[in-house]
Amino acid sequence: MELHAFALTTQLVILIVTLGALHQPMGKYLAATFSSHKHLAVERGLYKLSGVEPRADQHWKVYLRSLVAFSLVSIVALIAFQLLQGVLPFNQGLGSVDPWVAMNTAISFVTNTNWQTYAPETTLGFGVQMLGLAVQNFLSAAVGLAVVVALIRGLVRSQTSNLGNFWVDLTRGALRVLLPISIIGAVVLIITGVVQNWGGTDIHTLVTGAQQTVPGGPVASQEVIKLLGTNGGGYFNANSAHPFENPNALSNLFEVFLILLIPFSLPAMYGRMVGDKRQGYTLLTVMSAFWLISTALMGWALAAFAGTGTSVGEGLEQRFGANGTALFATATTLTSTGAVNAAHDSLPPLAGGLAMVNMMLGEVAPGGVGSGLYGLLVLSVVAVFIGGLMVGRTPEMLGKKVGAGQMKLVAVYILVTPTLVLLGTAITVSIPALAAAAPAQGPHGFSEVLYAFTSAANNNGSAFGGITSSGPALATMLALAMFFGRFLPIALVLALAGSFAKQRKIPNTAGTLATHGPLFAVLLGGIVLILTALTYFPALALGPAAEGLLK
Amino acid sequence: MNLTTLRAALPLALSKLNPRLMIHSPVMFTVLIGSILCTAVSIQQLILGSSTAVFSFSVTVWLWLTVLFGNLAESIAEGRGKAQADSLRSARTSVMARRRSSALVPAGQLAGGEPDYEEEMVPGTDLVVGDMVIVVAGELIPSDGDVIEGLASVDESAITGESAPVIRESGGDRSSVTGGTMVLSDRIVVRITAASGKTFLDRMISLVEGATRQKTPNEIALNVLLASLTIVFVVAIMTLAPMAAFANALPSPVVLVALVVCLIPTTIGALVPAIGIAGMDRLIQRNVLATSGRAVETAGDVTTLLLDKTGTITYGNRRAVAFIAADGVSEEELIETARLSSLADETPEGRSIVELADERTEGVEAGGLGATQTLSADVEIIEFSATTRMSGLNLPVGHPANPGTTIREVRKGAGSAVERYVSERGGMLPAEVQQAVETISGTGGTPLLVASHNGERAQILGVIHLADVVKPGMKERFAELRAMGIKTIMITGDNKITAAAIAAEAGVDDFVAEATPEDKLAVIKAEQESGRLVAMTGDGTNDAPALAAADVGVAMNSGTSAAKEAANMVDLDSDPTKLIDIVGIGKQLLITRGSLTTFSVANDVAKYFAIVPALFAATFPGLGLLNIMGLSSPESAILSAVIFNALIIVLLVPLALRGVKYRAVSAAQALSRNLLVYGLGGMIAPFVGIKAIDLVLSLFPTIG
Repeated sequence: MELHAFALTTQLVILIVTLGALHQPMGKYLAATFSSHKHLAVERGLYKLSGVEPRADQHWKVYLRSLVAFSLVSIVALIAFQLLQGVLPFNQGLGSVDPWVAMNTAISFVTNTNWQTYAPETTLGFGVQMLGLAVQNFLSAAVGLAVVVALIRGLVRSQTSNLGNFWVDLTRGALRVLLPISIIGAVVLIITGVVQNWGGTDIHTLVTGAQQTVPGGPVASQEVIKLLGTNGGGYFNANSAHPFENPNALSNLFEVFLILLIPFSLPAMYGRMVGDKRQGYTLLTVMSAFWLISTALMGWALAAFAGTGTSVGEGLEQRFGANGTALFATATTLTSTGAVNAAHDSLPPLAGGLAMVNMMLGEVAPGGVGSGLYGLLVLSVVAVFIGGLMVGRTPEMLGKKVGAGQMKLVAVYILVTPTLVLLGTAITVSIPALAAAAPAQGPHGFSEVLYAFTSAANNNGSAFGGITSSGPALATMLALAMFFGRFLPIALVLALAGSFAKQRKIPNTAGTLATHGPLFAVLLGGIVLILTALTYFPALALGPAAEGLLK
Repeated sequence: MNLTTLRAALPLALSKLNPRLMIHSPVMFTVLIGSILCTAVSIQQLILGSSTAVFSFSVTVWLWLTVLFGNLAESIAEGRGKAQADSLRSARTSVMARRRSSALVPAGQLAGGEPDYEEEMVPGTDLVVGDMVIVVAGELIPSDGDVIEGLASVDESAITGESAPVIRESGGDRSSVTGGTMVLSDRIVVRITAASGKTFLDRMISLVEGATRQKTPNEIALNVLLASLTIVFVVAIMTLAPMAAFANALPSPVVLVALVVCLIPTTIGALVPAIGIAGMDRLIQRNVLATSGRAVETAGDVTTLLLDKTGTITYGNRRAVAFIAADGVSEEELIETARLSSLADETPEGRSIVELADERTEGVEAGGLGATQTLSADVEIIEFSATTRMSGLNLPVGHPANPGTTIREVRKGAGSAVERYVSERGGMLPAEVQQAVETISGTGGTPLLVASHNGERAQILGVIHLADVVKPGMKERFAELRAMGIKTIMITGDNKITAAAIAAEAGVDDFVAEATPEDKLAVIKAEQESGRLVAMTGDGTNDAPALAAADVGVAMNSGTSAAKEAANMVDLDSDPTKLIDIVGIGKQLLITRGSLTTFSVANDVAKYFAIVPALFAATFPGLGLLNIMGLSSPESAILSAVIFNALIIVLLVPLALRGVKYRAVSAAQALSRNLLVYGLGGMIAPFVGIKAIDLVLSLFPTIG
């Protein structure tokens, strides 16, 4: 595939201009949404119905307990929904889902991973798709928003352990943020040619006499939240490479826009909530730098290594070309979305490696809805710790001391994802029966396993699709990686928020390390790169580098 | 650092190899485990006659050296304190104390008329708090205490290193004496305030020896981060084994251990204790004792400095700065008279008037001045008294400075007093002098009027302007502090006008005038309420609550034991200006820690590029492209990285002990500089170092 630098630049400029124009208004809206004391009528109804006291200010432990309880109930409900599909309405004749697949899928959607171990068109009907998975697409994204909002409250508040109300934050995130944008987005998608019907699967007899199965369905409405909530579970198995999900260059660009919209707006929300817009701009700069550099590298790797390794052109959508593929692949792996408009397994090895590096950064540039910002804020604490010492002060973040207690939480946070990824990969490759699930030979087979665990533990959801993950062992291991990769960091983030909230605020002076400005951006960028991606260097060497670097 | 200190530190470093001690440093403990593992593997390879045995042994030796170098850094830092502790200990020789018993000596047995108590000789170690002991000239004071009777000059050089004796007297703020110091003259009665083994000297010895050293909060937080990084890399490399086996490229355990040791932050892990000890040491070298390492760390965080005006910002005494003559009076005449009036005045103010007068008339052909230079016996000295508020001289007829035929009176004093004196003798206060008095008062100065009376009409000759003089360089220091984000508050007993004038001249950010000790406490509380950390100095007993409340309280050694007890630092030189240095030392400690952490972490990039291609290039030739340093062989690459990793510890020991160069600049400037030097430098240095070591190693065919 050829790279048209001009075309790629044009598309990037369009994204930069539109996101640049929208991120501040969006941030303002988000900040207002989560700071407001007023409840909508429909929200009040929901609270009454579920017995929630919306004025209750929750201790961080209560906030966490609510979140975990909600997620566990969601997982159980989603598993039950799939197992009982055969007897529930709107199943389009599809029966009960395999229990391992159902378990993996439930955890996958509740953790905002949306790893697809199933082929949707042959496994799930309208009912599960719309009332099960799509609902979780909204809710899991709203959970991410709630966590980051709670963390920011922890930084802003002082001498309290309360972080707000999880149920209120969850409801507002879903109803006031995700739903309205989804409705507008779905209309735009339909205009660009994405299908939306209740027709189910059509069977056409072609002129040659062969029969062609053309599945339809409420695609646009599913598609929009799949991208907006950085979920990534497609209506079709081919995901956004399917022409009904992503028909043309325009829809492709709009889908990338949807992926990036909320993650890139959250820094603006952060800046407003902490009362210093510069804080937001600095994080935005770090996120943007990673995104732009990575997109450029992806474009280069796609074009320069076309035809190497397993990449012989199969699996890549010619209608998007290198530009559209680079744009989408980068956005989806940097944001924990995991939707794909090409088979990542078919990317040239170094491009595939880059997709892995994007995830290995910890999904922080800009990262998933909510999770991206809280991930980057945790890494900011590390940057503040090291930078703070370098200016001769015991470190503080926005006036809150970073002591041993905070560092313990951050230290465990840093450990979680690499441990899950590397341990999962190591176990899989050391058991031949498991390793056989990745059929490719040599380093590429290893890459498929490494990609799977990187994607699961970072809650991305994209895959080197050659791997078969529906077997009990892999389905369980990946589900565990998704579960702990999501909820351990969340628990640590909320505990961190609680410990920040308890402290009194220390005033800023000229001797305080500024957490804004280019200097801090460089420090933070360096920390992100060294602390996260470098951990995986040896593993990457055995996978994509071994496959892609040829002498 | 030289060979002698190295040799002295080596046994200590070896004794620190004890795993029970090593476990306190997670990073170095990991290296220790790795070294033991590699030793076992190497021996096994040797027995099996494996061809890689030589390489394995080389790596193992350097791993052990890495552990040893880490311990050595700590031992050297501790050794520097030891020498100091030994010299202190010599002052703690046990002495016999003359304890005063509560019973009175029966009347009639007394040589003199005064009642006296019985005395008994007891060993100094038997003294308990509350005992009274008598110490006379030539005796050592047996333990810490307060003087309750008498006055003596005391040689405190054993503790302060200052040879000039100091005066200690009962009552007031100079009553505390320290065990181990010697009374040079007179006799004092001391009430013991510290039990044996808990005296100031004992505390000081244990401090400099590091016996009571505990990890500071920031050190703990840093260790948590380092432990986390260590675990991440241990996981990364342990999981690498099955992954490499999957690719049929399983490296030997020695190589994997080498990779772990290179990646975990050994540099900073090895140097953290040394940095902490060296920070304390720097304070001790400036004659400041901190009660804990935590206090040093807190000093770096201080955002508000509470400074006493007197002695810290100004010289403490009002000094004459100008003479303003009345109309019709020549300046020479005023200066001459002012000088006369102060000749017998031994107060600092009086002396400063004489000094200024001498300075002003220097070079001028002295007319009558020579005559006024000395006091003869017939001159009547009028001492200052609270009722007259004037001082001066009555010059007899015939005195060289009295050309007249009656006694000449010269006076200087407070405005109203002199005005009354003059008006009673037919004189008046000229308007322009009145004007000058008001101007001087308005700027915070003190005006003194000079008058002369020779039997006729008394005359006011002019005004002496007394002012507090700000020490040179203070303004610049306060500006530096401001750049570092530290607010300075001046505390003074002066009135508002005076205080404001001095505050403006010195450039402090804020001041509290007419301050009482309670005000100090209130200011500290208010600052802390707004989240700031406060440092202050103090010496009096009434400073004790404020010293205790301050985050960093520095007591003057000349102060009372109550003040010293409440403070978390004691300045042996009793120099309140040192507070600013203490803040600098605290900052330097933290900066050194942060910079070396950055350096250590940044080093990893190069080590990956050295070791990863060495591990896998045989299986995947393409990975040889990552060998951007062009290292000669896989074995040499790994060994070079390990050697660099060990040597960099030794190379950085002097920096850890000396501390990273510290400048009084803003946070942004400090960060950009340190990020450049230790971040970027830390990225580049190992590329150069590893390549250089590789070049040397490639000369040895058995390895390279």
